[in-house]
Amino acid sequence: MKKTINVTVNGVTHQNEIEPRMLLVQYIRDVLNLTGTHVGCETSLCGACTVMVDGQAVKSCTVLAAQADGSTVTTIEGLAQGGELHPVQAGFWEHHGLQCGYCTPGMIMAAAQILQRNPDPTDEEIRHGLEGNLCRCTGYQNIVQAVQCAAKKMKSKSVAR
Amino acid sequence: MGLTMAEKTVGKPIKRTEDPRLIQGLAHYVDDIRLPDMLHAAFLRSIHAHARIKKIDVTAALKLPGVVAVYTGKDTQKIGAVPCGAAIPDMKTPEHKVLATNKVYFVGHPVAVVVAETKFAARDAVDLIDVDYEVLPVVTDEEKAADPKSPVIHEQFGTNIAYKLTAGEGDVDAGMKAADKIIKQKILNKRLAPIAMEPRGVVARYFPGEQELTLWTSTQIPHLCRTSVAVMLGMPENKLRLITPEVGGGFGSKLNVYAEEAILGWAAMQAGRPVKWIEGRRENLQATIHGRGQVGYVEIGCKNDGTITALRYNVFADMGSYFQLLTPAIPTLTGLMLSGCYKIPAIQMNVVATFTNKMSTDAYRGAGRPEATYVIERAADLVAAELGKDPVEVRRKNFPQPNEFPFKTATGLFYDSGNYQGALDKALKMADYTKLREEQKKARKEGRLMGIGISTYVEICALGPSSAMPAGGWESATVRIEPTGKVTILTGASPHGQGEETSFAQIAADELGVSVNDSTVIHGDTAVVQYGIGTFGSRGLAVGGVAVYMALQKLKTKAGKLAAHMLGVDAGTVKFADGKFTSPAALSKQVTIQEVALSAHLAKSLPEDMEPGLSASSFYEPKNFTFPFGTHIAVVEIDRETGDLHFDRYIAVDDCGKQINPMLVHGQVHGGICQSFGQALFEEVVYDENGQLVTGTLMDYALPKAAMLPHFQLDSTETPSPVNPLGAKGVGEAGTIGATPAIVSAVVDALSPFGIRHIDMPIKPETVWQIIRKNSAGAA
Repeated sequence: MKKTINVTVNGVTHQNEIEPRMLLVQYIRDVLNLTGTHVGCETSLCGACTVMVDGQAVKSCTVLAAQADGSTVTTIEGLAQGGELHPVQAGFWEHHGLQCGYCTPGMIMAAAQILQRNPDPTDEEIRHGLEGNLCRCTGYQNIVQAVQCAAKKMKSKSVAR
Repeated sequence: MGLTMAEKTVGKPIKRTEDPRLIQGLAHYVDDIRLPDMLHAAFLRSIHAHARIKKIDVTAALKLPGVVAVYTGKDTQKIGAVPCGAAIPDMKTPEHKVLATNKVYFVGHPVAVVVAETKFAARDAVDLIDVDYEVLPVVTDEEKAADPKSPVIHEQFGTNIAYKLTAGEGDVDAGMKAADKIIKQKILNKRLAPIAMEPRGVVARYFPGEQELTLWTSTQIPHLCRTSVAVMLGMPENKLRLITPEVGGGFGSKLNVYAEEAILGWAAMQAGRPVKWIEGRRENLQATIHGRGQVGYVEIGCKNDGTITALRYNVFADMGSYFQLLTPAIPTLTGLMLSGCYKIPAIQMNVVATFTNKMSTDAYRGAGRPEATYVIERAADLVAAELGKDPVEVRRKNFPQPNEFPFKTATGLFYDSGNYQGALDKALKMADYTKLREEQKKARKEGRLMGIGISTYVEICALGPSSAMPAGGWESATVRIEPTGKVTILTGASPHGQGEETSFAQIAADELGVSVNDSTVIHGDTAVVQYGIGTFGSRGLAVGGVAVYMALQKLKTKAGKLAAHMLGVDAGTVKFADGKFTSPAALSKQVTIQEVALSAHLAKSLPEDMEPGLSASSFYEPKNFTFPFGTHIAVVEIDRETGDLHFDRYIAVDDCGKQINPMLVHGQVHGGICQSFGQALFEEVVYDENGQLVTGTLMDYALPKAAMLPHFQLDSTETPSPVNPLGAKGVGEAGTIGATPAIVSAVVDALSPFGIRHIDMPIKPETVWQIIRKNSAGAA
């Protein structure tokens, strides 16, 4: 029995018939063809599939697509605005916060959430905030630097406003 | 204002050109490839570690709507064996068929494959396949496997011993006799899982008209994989195009040729439609190679002044149940590096390599060398403990001096260049070592458990001279300047996160006087890129980058000749700087490299005997390996109540020769140290006595997380390699090799007041807590 869902992803509203067992990450990747969100473990441990659902960072491999019915979703593809990188994206680039790039979209989404909740985090707070996201390449240190850099960028932006 | 010199990019932390696509989710990994009419494959894998297959019933699976085909071992007999590229004298090589036929040998062993319209249907059908197994006795311990009373895995051999090997030079018995002290220690390097964040995956498409098979696969070795899969499928190699799109990490696990790669190609040919398979994490833990897996016994002889006289390492090396590409070769790398950065007159390694009912071991970051470094560094610490000396003193005592390079070891190597004192001194200064030791004394008086661990390491990189490599150790590059002046670099060293698109473009930028963004680096498509070897063994830059440099020299030579022709001067008078050719013979004139490129393509006026176009290739063969080195220092404080380990400081001074992009170098070192923390404190692939994989998901296999690691304090020294013109040594594995012993050493040092001299990895708080409890006053 298929189910119809309405989901707004990166500002575009979609209506699709889906299998009830379809995961949100499968919906995003296979139905909407937004392949920036990755699958790394299928057990909600690695965080590669992290997206924002109604402003909350969630692991989309542990949410059914049906549960996202009526929700607003932001994926990595929707983070940059008007051709300008999100400060977290820019921070990752400047501080070499990625190597193979596979964990990066989820890592960036999780980092963006950390800064939403705490615009001025300590290194330790960033490290704890990223506990749900695994990276095998970077040793996390440059990711921490990247998030600090993003925090600074966001602060100077909000001051400018 | 006068003309400014074009700014050099080599040696600068240039931001990566590959990042914009990666940080915006716009890159393409294998799972991101979608083809029209694509089918999906799923594997049925053995739930037993050792069993005879009596019957497989696929009837119900075939009836499931959406299922196109189900294949078992009987159907895939024509596919050739999974290759092993390593050869050890008298080794026993079991035939490694792509699907189990008569027996299964490990949990995760592929038994059948379903091809279906959707991945849901494929997975559902896997559950409907009925296999009748006769369960057999199991052997999982690499040491017990050598016991003739243990169950034999490959019956045709009558033994689980895959090979025995003795390596090393010098008279070890005499060295032990001459020693004042002989210290013995059992040393474990447990099995680890590489866990690239992107699991393996394959998409296969066959065009029957062209008879062309295209495989997209997540691999570190596109060309070697193409050759191997073509042989397995019995098809002409030039009809197989292999493409590695973005690769989400490898760490050696994708330096291989896997059964699934051949099966997918074959299945696409059967179906006449594209087929995709993406490995799940559970499959990844079961059926992607593991690393390490050594039970060793080290014996070290020393004089009372700390001079090492001899080293013996007897080791049981766990092969798993089959050989993958390099399985039997890994322990030989351990043997090569047992001398560490010390003068040891006699070294002997005795390997007993055994088959066990587990997944194959193979190259995981460091591949045999972390094991060696761990053994010799632990042994150096044991010498210090036995003699009551500072571990730094023992190391200094045995270092070769900088003027002794090239330095010959008793393992048959010539270390190219080194200044081990230099790196050690720098690290000690960063740590303020004398003060640290005073702090430690004070801490001990207060009843606190503080430890300082030191590792001075050397590693073997830039793998390697072809004579020492199973399938050639050279690397290829082609550099073209297109008619519009843009530079195209084709490299055979297909990367998976190393940043070669940036570092290779930096080399081209400086050589050609163009900007980094003027070059595009293409890799990983065998239809586009000339044959190459791949990225592993810390060779991307130190072999692949050197090939780019060599090709650039050839290209510049041709461009210079054409420039002279354009300037109307003798070729010998032409100078090239900042992208422009000038000559004292024509002072008012200059031509840019871009103008030369256009002229070469238009070919209206070329020097006699010059062919049109501006392109050059190099197949660079390294004369020797390179030997980067360094010193790592870890400082730990242990919570007496819980056994928790708090690493307050971590200092690393690495010397990888000339650095092209120090930001990328730091990134490699950070990642390597992190994986060392994993091995030292958290990670361990665990099979139970029945051969069941206990660490089958990331819930059970503990990877280091951000909050589990200290801030790494990095610096470097620079001792250029004389082996190649870039002077680069390689850095991909340094962290994984140098850090593990430092971390363990720190914990052991903290617990040394209890008489502790060694603790096996992974050192968990529980182990530490037990040690503290046993040794504390008033303990029951």
